[in-house]
Amino acid sequence: MERPIAFREDRCKGCALCMTVCPKEIITMSSRFNTSGYKVVEVRDEVMETCTSCAACALICPDYAISVWRKPARDKKGEVADVHYG
Amino acid sequence: MKNGKEAFTLPGVLADIPTHYCPGCQHGVAQRLVAECLDELALSEKAICIGSIGCSVFIYNYLLVDSVEAPHGRAPAVATGVKRARPEAAVFTYQGDGDLASIGMAETMHCANRGERVTIIFVNNTVYGMTGGQMAPTTMVGQRTTTCPGGRCADNEGQPIKMTEIIASLGGSAYAARVAVDSVKHVRAAKKAVRKAFEAPLNNLGLGFVEILATCPTNWKMTPVQANERIAAELIPYFPLGTFKDVTELETIEGPEVAE
Amino acid sequence: MSTTGERVLIKGNEAICRGAVDAGCQCFFGYPITPQNDIPEYMSKVLPSLGRAFVQAESEVAAANMLLGAAACGVRAMTSSSSPGISLKQEAISYMAGTELPAVIVNISRGGPGLGDIGPSQGDYFQAVKGGGHGDYRQLVLAPGTVQEAYDLIRKAFDLAFAYRNPVMVLGDAIIGQMMEPVTLGSATTPTNVDQDLGWNLQGKGQRHPRLLKSLHLTDGALAGHNIRLRDKYESMERDVLFDNFLVDDAELIVVAFGSIGRIAKSTIRALRASGKKVGLHRPISLFPFPSQELDRLAASGKRFLTIEHNLGQMVEDVRLAIRKHADSDFYGHLPGNLPTPEDFEQPILAALGVRT
Ligand SMILES: Cc1ncc(C[n+]2csc(CCOP(=O)(O)OP(=O)(O)O)c2C)c(N)n1
Ligand code: SF4
Ligand code: SF4
Ligand code: SF4
Ligand SMILES: [Mg+2]
Repeated sequence: MERPIAFREDRCKGCALCMTVCPKEIITMSSRFNTSGYKVVEVRDEVMETCTSCAACALICPDYAISVWRKPARDKKGEVADVHYG
Repeated sequence: MKNGKEAFTLPGVLADIPTHYCPGCQHGVAQRLVAECLDELALSEKAICIGSIGCSVFIYNYLLVDSVEAPHGRAPAVATGVKRARPEAAVFTYQGDGDLASIGMAETMHCANRGERVTIIFVNNTVYGMTGGQMAPTTMVGQRTTTCPGGRCADNEGQPIKMTEIIASLGGSAYAARVAVDSVKHVRAAKKAVRKAFEAPLNNLGLGFVEILATCPTNWKMTPVQANERIAAELIPYFPLGTFKDVTELETIEGPEVAE
Repeated sequence: MSTTGERVLIKGNEAICRGAVDAGCQCFFGYPITPQNDIPEYMSKVLPSLGRAFVQAESEVAAANMLLGAAACGVRAMTSSSSPGISLKQEAISYMAGTELPAVIVNISRGGPGLGDIGPSQGDYFQAVKGGGHGDYRQLVLAPGTVQEAYDLIRKAFDLAFAYRNPVMVLGDAIIGQMMEPVTLGSATTPTNVDQDLGWNLQGKGQRHPRLLKSLHLTDGALAGHNIRLRDKYESMERDVLFDNFLVDDAELIVVAFGSIGRIAKSTIRALRASGKKVGLHRPISLFPFPSQELDRLAASGKRFLTIEHNLGQMVEDVRLAIRKHADSDFYGHLPGNLPTPEDFEQPILAALGVRT
């Protein structure tokens, strides 16, 4: 499964600002706490596909907790034609 | 798992460490924008950061450039000394509203008036964050703080100071803008303003100044989301966003000759 | 800049400027106040013509913080002022001491407290020597007694500032500043440090790791460690103690006086020697480090002491502390508001000698 967005949970302070700017409204508060004691946000697997990689969440995040990747380009057969980074 | 190129990258000059700021504090965004501009303009090797006293006192832990700590309010004077000693350096200050607009008002005004070729990043969160939320020169009328518990009263404490307008009115400033980081659109505009504020002094045009309206959820006694909403609801109507001065577009500006 | 060996007739304030320029002073930051105005005026003429920086600051607070900035870059930089302005510089001096920055501060002091007057006074001894700013710190203090010394000591001040990475104050007064005397100038070869990598100064990081200059120490034990290191540094300054002994060997009474007063007292002593009075002079030139060991040595040999100052008794406390194992010191304080003459000190010295007049 492609995951265009990832949260660095150790950095997240649960401020929820990213939730307010996501045009797809797919970022939600999880029930997990990180080691600093902050409740962290997440994008659940079932909605991950809808992420457009717009990076709005990363731009507003005061704690550099969000990584966003562009969706890879695909060839005619639907195979990923872009470079894989990880 | 991760595919394709990053749609968002952190600037290399920004230390990739957790910040000491409270949840939702927009000092984090402000310093990231500074770092992005330092990287984009390839300034990190010749930048000298003048830190100030306030919640951003540890700015030097995040921006990986040569730094010196200034006494409370004196960053523009320290910047003047640094720039006069090292004219080739890209010198900038990063200051809060108590630091810049109260105790450091004289240093700020005269640094701008002399047209020191430095950049001032001014983070206005309408409160003394570090000392626990006392009234600042930029505190809104009616805003409750620990030293105006009944709310700031214009009769007694005056009106909040509009620094960008003042700086724009001074002969030595080349660029003065007020921005916010409460929405994606505003963050993008803020980035452009910070960049221009760095370019103006480097192009020998005068001082570059950006006021960034920012939240202090902790001392505003609000959730980060409520605090962020307050920026548009209460602050921007009084502190209008925009570019108040920009001589960077002009063709020729008379100025002291730069040594070859 | 001067040619080695050139002899000129100049005022003390100009000697300070010429010494600073010859010492490679790259930046000067000042603010007008009498009786030191000749200094910023001279520097505003000369420094720009040498491609160096002069800034008239908006206040002494700003001037001292500009100095902090230039010092952080590792260039030779200075500020000058007079008493009320020096009070305003204390914040930056404390920060520079805490951050270990080399800087030179000139105080052509005047009468106080408050606005006082514009005449000579030594009322700033405590402020200069005990630390007028906050925190546990010291600055080196050099007190010239002649115009030649003003020239020589300002040059030394820069060397000491960089040797110890510490603020150095040159403490003069309206007498030293305004008096004209012939001065032999030295060579003007000292570098301004502009391009030098001193291992700590800010230049923009280039390819190396970023450097940080600060006085904040929050981690456990960090400030205590910093304070201990600073104390050790201050103690090591003892090796740079400076003083002038005049006819002390056979003296029964030693007059202790610094700066212009030391020089005036020397004339009194010369006159009294002519009438057979066994009196000598000990003139501390470095007020910090204070010549305590030398005073102790003199006291151990059975001398008596009279401290003369142009105030109501400040340095005398350090003299008494230095000689406490063997002797005490009498005190004569000449009040500010008028210029003392050698005759003014005659009676106090005779009285201390126990001569009835
Ligand atoms: C001379 C001096 N006075 C007072 C203080 C205490 N102090 C530290 S930070 C601060 C105000 C900080 O407010 P601001 O500049 O708005 O920065 P913020 O924390 O809000 O980002 C004050 C008054 C100090 N450090 N030094
Ligand atoms: S904006 Fe950043 S810190 Fe805040 S909740 Fe989202 S990921 Fe966490
Ligand atoms: S990248 Fe855009 S769509 Fe994806 S989670 Fe962030 S804000 Fe939402
Ligand atoms: S007190 Fe306010 S300004 Fe300081 S870190 Fe917390 S939220 Fe930010
Ligand atoms: Mg503030």
